[in-house]
Amino acid sequence: MKKILLMGNPNVGKSVIFTRLTGVKVIASNYPGTTVEFCKGCIGSGVTKVDVIDAPGTYSLEPGSPAEKVAVALLEKAIEEKDTIIVNIIDATNLERNLNLTLQLLKKNIPLVVALNLWDEAKHIGISIDAEALQSILGIPVVPTVAITGEGIKELVTHLANAKTGEYHYVDEERWHEVGRIVNKVQIIKHKHHTIGERLGDLTIHPWTGIPIAVASLFFLFFVIRFIGEGLITYITDPFFDSLWAPVMMRISMLLGSDSLLHKIIIGQLIDGSIDFGESFGILTTGLYVPFGAVLPYILAFYFVLSVLEDSGYLPRLAILLDNALHAIGLHGMAIVPMFLACGCNVPGVMATRILETKRERFIAATLMSISIPCVAQTAMIFGLLGKYGARGLLPVFVTLFVVWLITGNLLRLLVRGESPEIFTEIPAYRLPHFLTLMKKIWMRIYSFLREAVPFVLLGVLIVNLLYTLGVVNAAGRAIGPLTTWLFGLPFEAVGALLMGFLRKDLAVGMLAPLGLTMKQLIIASVVLTMSFPCIATFVVLLRELGIAGMIKAGAIMLCATLLVGGTLNLIL
Amino acid sequence: MGKISLTKMEAGSEGSVTSIEGGHGLQARLDAMGIRPGVNITKVSGQFMRGPIIVRVGTTQIAIGFGMATRIIVEV
Repeated sequence: MKKILLMGNPNVGKSVIFTRLTGVKVIASNYPGTTVEFCKGCIGSGVTKVDVIDAPGTYSLEPGSPAEKVAVALLEKAIEEKDTIIVNIIDATNLERNLNLTLQLLKKNIPLVVALNLWDEAKHIGISIDAEALQSILGIPVVPTVAITGEGIKELVTHLANAKTGEYHYVDEERWHEVGRIVNKVQIIKHKHHTIGERLGDLTIHPWTGIPIAVASLFFLFFVIRFIGEGLITYITDPFFDSLWAPVMMRISMLLGSDSLLHKIIIGQLIDGSIDFGESFGILTTGLYVPFGAVLPYILAFYFVLSVLEDSGYLPRLAILLDNALHAIGLHGMAIVPMFLACGCNVPGVMATRILETKRERFIAATLMSISIPCVAQTAMIFGLLGKYGARGLLPVFVTLFVVWLITGNLLRLLVRGESPEIFTEIPAYRLPHFLTLMKKIWMRIYSFLREAVPFVLLGVLIVNLLYTLGVVNAAGRAIGPLTTWLFGLPFEAVGALLMGFLRKDLAVGMLAPLGLTMKQLIIASVVLTMSFPCIATFVVLLRELGIAGMIKAGAIMLCATLLVGGTLNLIL
Repeated sequence: MGKISLTKMEAGSEGSVTSIEGGHGLQARLDAMGIRPGVNITKVSGQFMRGPIIVRVGTTQIAIGFGMATRIIVEV
């Protein structure tokens, strides 16, 4: 045995078990299709080291979506290489449907172990399963687990050595019949009345009650994000930068002498003899303030809310309520999952489009999000820049982007050929998010921001300063400036920000701060920055997911939409 | 007793799937989620304007697009 492949239906806890086994942290949520790509880790060390692979979930071995294809391809490779055992993870609360896949796996003649996960929840809702009986019927080890708390994981690891190919024989046509027979033998369901929780849960999908609840909760969540984000900025990051960091920077500024190039790069410009973290534009001033002072509070707030939303199980319900609305843009309800993720960062957003079945849907979804959904880092900077005007400054930006999303989506629905299937998804039970797991997940996302974004921001500040010093920005401003001035009503200096948009959009918005723009110009610049070319990280995943031809098409649509919308705003505002 | 499509079923009522009016692809997709002839199915709710239909099969709740739901024939 050299490898372990985790397989099972979507949303049974494969990723949680993966993290438990390997210590490698991956994102897990309460909706089908969180994992769209395989992830590798290992257990043991030295000679006993074994690779563990977390596969996307699949309902059967006849794949539909690209994520499912990944899972089946991994299985086929494992069968070919003959060095892998499969840990088939089963949702104990849905034994019948899950065993369907188990029986299919048994036919593949590959060593198997079954983890009967969500064991506690099954007990809780009155389902009791005789794991030993199941084990003797299937002829392979069956281990009850509660991945979220770690219960049963040790036993699972011990049983890996006992993995067997199983001796359960049946005819394919009779598979469900066989499943039924097994379930009757091993499972007893105590009939229970609807609990209050379930009744409340039902209210969130009945249209008359569900839609008002959805609107109310989205507004509520938005205010929670704003409340936490602004709270952290006002009471923690701003005081820190103003009273602790600024004196240190002033000391360094004096040491360097305000005319030197080094001063320009490290501290930036002094504004009226002191440091302005928004406008100075040195690596240690604005370079640190943008990611840590202005963006991080919102990253924290947004991912807190998103993670709660993901783990509760509300997202698939929202998908059902919004299904019709998403049909208008050629997608189905589940497309809100990638759209929500894109509000955090377009990179995981584009990746998550893999839960959509067809190429057409994925093209529409990926193109739309990279045109009209700003990432939370950019949104935070837009809040910082336009927040002082209140709704008068902020609404035009976000309403415009929403309208662009709707109209572009509609056009893409009409123009992009291909199929868009209907929604067909399991609705997971509501779960109270597990506190520690939730915190770990939020930390993972913050960490990935710190690791992947912060170096880019610092690099960006360095590049900007060098390009200004070398006169490149001015030259670019003179070359493209007349166009941006004529079309968008933006000054020559804004060209630098538009170019920076390719590296980091939050920093690009930050570059607008020292220019002394009017509210109208700030609104237009924010919209244009969001819509125009994606940042480099998004560009890379777009290229990978859409291919060169798709990327060129998407890029052309972006460019046209940006010119049109920016120009229109300049005329009507 | 009568055979109707899932979309015509009343919310809250129960029935037994008699047939799936579609090709192999559709049948396989539904089958993988446990929806196949002979299975008991409860309609939980529909949505406005031909939105998805929500059903319960065994212990699982599933949302099915309206068009797909018209092809699932149920005896109530």
